[in-house]
Amino acid sequence: MTAPIKFYQTGTFTVGNRLLSPEQRSVQSSLERSNSLNSGHRACQGCGEALGARYAVDAAMRATDGQLIAANATGCLEVFSTPYPETSWQLPWIHSLFGNAAAVGTGIAAAMKVKGRSNVRVIAQGGDGGTTDIGFGCLSGMFERNDDVLYICYDNEAYMNTGVQRSSATPPAARTATTMAVGAEPGALFGQGKNVPLIAMAHEIPYVATATVADLRDLEAKVERAMSIHGARYLHILVPCPLGWGAASQDTIKLARLARETGLFPVFEAVHGEVTAVTKIRQRVPVEEYLRPQKRFAHVFGAKAQPQVLQRIQAQADRNIKRFGLLDLEMSS
Amino acid sequence: MQKQIEGSRAVAEAVALCRPEVICAYPISPQTHIVEGLGELVKSGELNPCEFINVESEFAAMSVAIGASAAGARSYTATASQGLLFMAEAIYNASGLGLPIVMTVANRAIGAPINIWNDHSDSMSQRDCGWIQLFAESNQEALDLHIQAFKLGEELSMPVMVCMDGFILTHAYERVDMPAQNEVDAFLPVYEPRQVLDPADPVSIGAMVGPEAFMEVRYLAHAKQTMALERIPEIAAEFAQRFGRNSGGLVRSYRCDDAETIVVALGSVLGTLKETIDELRNDGVKIGVLGIHSFRPFPLAAVRAALQGAIRVVVLEKSFSVGLGGVVSTDVRLALSGLHLHGYTVVAGLGGRAITKASLARTLREAVADKLQPLTFMDLDWRIVNRQLEREAATRRSGPIAENLLRDVGTVASKVN
Repeated sequence: MTAPIKFYQTGTFTVGNRLLSPEQRSVQSSLERSNSLNSGHRACQGCGEALGARYAVDAAMRATDGQLIAANATGCLEVFSTPYPETSWQLPWIHSLFGNAAAVGTGIAAAMKVKGRSNVRVIAQGGDGGTTDIGFGCLSGMFERNDDVLYICYDNEAYMNTGVQRSSATPPAARTATTMAVGAEPGALFGQGKNVPLIAMAHEIPYVATATVADLRDLEAKVERAMSIHGARYLHILVPCPLGWGAASQDTIKLARLARETGLFPVFEAVHGEVTAVTKIRQRVPVEEYLRPQKRFAHVFGAKAQPQVLQRIQAQADRNIKRFGLLDLEMSS
Repeated sequence: MQKQIEGSRAVAEAVALCRPEVICAYPISPQTHIVEGLGELVKSGELNPCEFINVESEFAAMSVAIGASAAGARSYTATASQGLLFMAEAIYNASGLGLPIVMTVANRAIGAPINIWNDHSDSMSQRDCGWIQLFAESNQEALDLHIQAFKLGEELSMPVMVCMDGFILTHAYERVDMPAQNEVDAFLPVYEPRQVLDPADPVSIGAMVGPEAFMEVRYLAHAKQTMALERIPEIAAEFAQRFGRNSGGLVRSYRCDDAETIVVALGSVLGTLKETIDELRNDGVKIGVLGIHSFRPFPLAAVRAALQGAIRVVVLEKSFSVGLGGVVSTDVRLALSGLHLHGYTVVAGLGGRAITKASLARTLREAVADKLQPLTFMDLDWRIVNRQLEREAATRRSGPIAENLLRDVGTVASKVN
């Protein structure tokens, strides 16, 4: 037994399969992968959601030996994947409405159970709008009943499909089409926030995890873990959106990593409402480094810079670091 | 087997005989006793296998039914009133996707003002949603229509609403003939979906459709409802042959053969109407009743055939298109295009206002004398209406309407003539 390999030891932040034994390698590195969200779809260049969905669904397919059905909320993922007569989905897939993916998932799981086919598993998926806003009632109902569904939220922090409007997952100060960068408090207001992973944990469901597209092997492992459990499960994936965030297409992974490394997006796992693991910050960076490359925060910097806004966002990151223990003790001083 | 049971219980037992595999339950009066009955049957193991899911809203109820139906399970739910409106988006989705869900609508008024009593505003508001809408006259018919609804819906891959009058039917204890399980099994085949979510044969369901094919998809829904016009009488005939009673069908006439005046109605009021017509007939009035049992698809030809020999038609409806008049009347008029009959719309029974034989007889005699207003609100209390209109003319801040009217009515808010 050799010492466990940390992926950054490969010299990149990517999957690093070369140093791993075949059974440890990622789903995506395998020719056997299901390509559940197949190539040829119409996502934008650099789309974090397409990347996250591809890894998540393929990992779920492998974990269930292909016995998987997906319910999809209305949104980018639905629109770019099924411009009929083309469909990217290589698994049974249904899109019903914007706000009901979790409930449709419940229905599919109930059908499988009643037919004695509980080996066929169910995922429901949507963006942050379909999850944290319009689909929130159905999501909470599915959690509360502990229905056998893994719900995956691809969080790009606004309604991107309709042209970048604010959702309850939009961070403070971010410019969207409905939180313009004008007036005394440009961008989204500082609200109380709506942390759906924590709300999911409050339902004490068997498994809650967060992930980003910066650490795809971690994402795969969490999906695999989720599929080894029955009952309601929730996976919240941060998926940068180049279009909505005003970021370069090649920076999707980098921004996702910075979101984690600043502490703004804590990456953790929770079982039955208790945090059981956190991904530690490797190199702590100030939030400015994450915010600057994104045009949605341009008004925080430049001629009419708003240092107090920057301070408030930094305070949020600091609170996450403390709350989730994102820094090793020797590094946190 | 003859049973003396509540209408809701009769429907619950009939639905159970259809072996639904997924039932979504959310409480709303006056539907609640139905899902309560089904919940008991599932929990006791009498209805097995079946998943009974207590959902968090009607929107979720229909959404769970959509998922279950798309995954090949026979799916059922029940609702009423605000619940039907709350699930409206999913109602259209279920029919758009062609999923043969069966739903009971225990017809109830829509607020504001909030009102739990019976009229047909709820299902009429979903008139154009693509669901088949069948209306029950009695508890026996409500029971029977559910058995027919699963057969009809699954054959055509279309969802079916069985509409029954809230409280008047759902809460009435009547004798019903409950079929045996083997009889229902022989009548209703196992559900074979046209489309199903199955890893063995993966399909995508629910793709975006643009201008290139959207009209065709919608037309096909209409084409299927046209097929339903053929199948509804056939299924009713097969049902009659197997179970020995007439239930369902498109329309049913009562004493219409030589009728100069025909009253058109839906639902339980047909019973009161028939008794009223019997009394009028005793006085020599040539009058009959046409009950519409399939509101969608609307049987234009059958309605025309039934009414064309008459001189005048009175549509008695528990629904109301604000700013226009009747809802059913509009469809009946279409059926009578070019016939130049005297047509009357009588809006009655909104929000549970009792429809009495006395009021019906008075109204129908006025119609027979052609003294009725083309749009009549039966038993409308003009006194409180006019008082409110005067109040609004006199004072800008006249206050909330419903509360003003209730004050004018006085302590007895429920008034039966």
